[in-house]
Amino acid sequence: MTGPTDSSAVPDIFPHRREDAGIARDFADAHPPLSPDAAIVEAHRCYFCFDAPCTAACPTGIDVPGFIRGIATGNLRGAAVKILEENIFGGSCARVCPTEILCERACVRTAEEERPVAIGALQRRATDWLMARNHHPFVAAPASGRRIAVVGAGPAGLACAHRLARAGHCVEVFEARAKPGGLNEYGIAAYKLPDDFARHEIEFLLAIGNITITTGKALGVDLTLADLRSAYDAVFLGLGLAGVNALGIEERPLFGVEDAVSFIARLRQTQDKTEIPIGRRVVVIGGGNTAIDAATQARLLGAEEVSIVYRRGPAQMSATGDEQKWAQTHGVTIRHFATPVRVIGEAGAVRGVVFARTRRDDRGAVVMSGGEFTLGADQVFKAVGQRFVLPETEGFPVIENGRIAVDAARRTSLPGVYAGGDCVAGLDLTVRAVQDGKIAAAAIDAALTGQKEHAHG
Amino acid sequence: MADLRVDFAGIKAPNPFWLASAPPTDKEYNVVRAFRAGWGGVVWKTLGEDPPIVNVSSRYGATSFNGARMAGFSNIELITDRPLAVNLREIKAVKRDWPDRAVVVSLMVPCEEESWRRILPLVEETGADGIELNFGCPHGMSERGMGSAVGQVPDYVEMVTRWCKQYSRMPVIVKLTPNITDIRAPARAARRGGADAVSLINTVQSIVSVDLDAMAPEPVVGGQGSHGGYCGPAVKPIALRMVAEIARDPETAGLPISGIGGISTWRDAAEFIALGAGAVQVCTAAMHHGFRIVDDMIAGLANWMDEKGYARIEQFSGRAVKNFVNWEALDLNYQTIARIDQDLCIRCGLCHIACEDTSHQAIAFAREAAGRRFSVIEAECVGCNLCYHVCPVENCITMESVASGKPKLTWKQHPNNPLREAAE
Repeated sequence: MTGPTDSSAVPDIFPHRREDAGIARDFADAHPPLSPDAAIVEAHRCYFCFDAPCTAACPTGIDVPGFIRGIATGNLRGAAVKILEENIFGGSCARVCPTEILCERACVRTAEEERPVAIGALQRRATDWLMARNHHPFVAAPASGRRIAVVGAGPAGLACAHRLARAGHCVEVFEARAKPGGLNEYGIAAYKLPDDFARHEIEFLLAIGNITITTGKALGVDLTLADLRSAYDAVFLGLGLAGVNALGIEERPLFGVEDAVSFIARLRQTQDKTEIPIGRRVVVIGGGNTAIDAATQARLLGAEEVSIVYRRGPAQMSATGDEQKWAQTHGVTIRHFATPVRVIGEAGAVRGVVFARTRRDDRGAVVMSGGEFTLGADQVFKAVGQRFVLPETEGFPVIENGRIAVDAARRTSLPGVYAGGDCVAGLDLTVRAVQDGKIAAAAIDAALTGQKEHAHG
Repeated sequence: MADLRVDFAGIKAPNPFWLASAPPTDKEYNVVRAFRAGWGGVVWKTLGEDPPIVNVSSRYGATSFNGARMAGFSNIELITDRPLAVNLREIKAVKRDWPDRAVVVSLMVPCEEESWRRILPLVEETGADGIELNFGCPHGMSERGMGSAVGQVPDYVEMVTRWCKQYSRMPVIVKLTPNITDIRAPARAARRGGADAVSLINTVQSIVSVDLDAMAPEPVVGGQGSHGGYCGPAVKPIALRMVAEIARDPETAGLPISGIGGISTWRDAAEFIALGAGAVQVCTAAMHHGFRIVDDMIAGLANWMDEKGYARIEQFSGRAVKNFVNWEALDLNYQTIARIDQDLCIRCGLCHIACEDTSHQAIAFAREAAGRRFSVIEAECVGCNLCYHVCPVENCITMESVASGKPKLTWKQHPNNPLREAAE
């Protein structure tokens, strides 16, 4: 480990740290698809459990044994429809879901032999098969004449929009950013969703019809909830987390210090990754998937030393064990039980970070354990969490613990206003956002058509 | 170490694993490779009269089951398509070079005495150890009045067998077709004709699958298919039963049987031998994996025999025959009940759904704090074994016999049987 001041005064942040071919290779598909034959062999490993625990573990309740049987029998269309019926983002969830803590952990083969059926990979096999045929498998019901506004074109908003469109309603989606997709477009490591998959998936989804997306329209800036409520029959809020948490120490603007989410979004929006500058020594502060994605991608761009520093232990990291291993396999050093106390700057650029050692006390709280150490850094990414930022102060639904409060049907405190995804409490996963959108859509449809709702969740 | 040598109907071989009459035994080249690999004997692919037959291109079909390829195998190939003289020359060379191995020659000529009288001395001259009469081939040749067309008529079986015994000094093995109602009839006919042994089963008449694009049976030949002969692991249960029927039939008792039908492993072979076979023949498994499979067959059988204390094949050959009885001889007071080892259970629920939907509602399903739990309702369990068979975990479900405290009671004595035998 090099010290904070042992190199030249020039900030050591440059592109092309590795040969271009290496970068291109490593930013391609992290987990290439199963071959058709391998998928059949894997599908036959599924026991077709009764009351399958994998299905119970899936936030969207996909009939996992059911779709796997379709793969085994050569009924790939049926398999894909079974998946998309419950989760229209089945393609991206097949790629980004932490299956190791969801369906694959529940798989009975995990208990039997510590090797679950590769459910995620099989889901990808089926959804890829259908999407490659450019055929949307669902047909919208006759037009209801109802109009619904969806704010936020992320997985929650679009899952909701798709369900409503299928039911025959007309949906207008408003998105603050330049492209739809939300975290699938801006917030996931590039190698998890390569080849513009997020965009292709939305094109596939929109083929249902009845949905228009308008980008560059932010709630609280270009739109107000009050106007939407008066202009539409219902409103779904699928807002993201606009705020990035600060380190909680004195921070001056320094060249080389950046929010990890910005770095990740920049990587996603840059076609040629070799042009992205990266520090020789990179420090990432945080313990979630954002930290993992930033650190691993920094290594793949050619950073020599990349450390993730987290204030608690491996078990407390919100990144899964598999994600931690993934980063470590790619040469990232994860340092536990340390919290930043000071960012060292020199001539306006970051030179390093001073950390204090921590420990967990008897009640699990983080306390200082004495002692400090310094990591030299040319670039520092902050990944200590994001927060919901209230877009409007007046006429907005009730907020609880920093997120929009909703009931089981994803109804907010305001009549006709529903919410889901990151702006409400719950697991910070794409698959959970999809389920929120689904449930809200069912509730909106029931409210608009006067039918009794189906059971939620 | 167990001694695997066999003397089958006077034909000696270093082990009971022979290759059946089929493509693997069509030429000297293949047979020499088989002997090098360790096979105890071969039945040379069926010879016929010149001019040789002509085969089609696209000859095999197969059944894949749950990802396992060639669980069943089917062919529409005929007998050898090489001139008789070529085959005879090669047989002679092979037998000369491999004197310790069994070389049996399969034959099929028209059902006329003259045809048989003509070919038998030619085969005898090669030094071959015996002949096998192909009365089984169920496709192509049967349309020409040979193969199974002969095997399905016991009188013809007896007649041809008699000719062969009359015009040859070689041991005669009669190969039987399973495409018949009662396998005992042709076996008895073979014995009446003087056969030294029977071999069975030949392939089962079948359409292995349909090409749903071509809309034709597979294998498809120029847009059409024919029925073929089915073999491979899928036919083993049919073969085992037929072998056992002949083994327990008083009219054919003691007639040597060469067991054929889906034998892929030493265990398959042991099962055939236990039901009365003196040696076995293999084809599909070799066509699937090559001749090297015989290695594990030899070692596996010897190891199992050592473990069981059998020094020679004869010591367990036919041992299971006496326990193969008619249903009416089974004990109706015998009872077995399923037990689930909760520590091994992976909670897949297959036992529950199988029993609940299709059997006796004898496996309860509960959601408990610790998770899902499946348990046997003993009062409802009839001991059918279904749960045991569907359970994917070895030894998780066991069928345990329960002492009924009652003496053996068969249907022949059961009060519900209007035709029961009077009590003593």
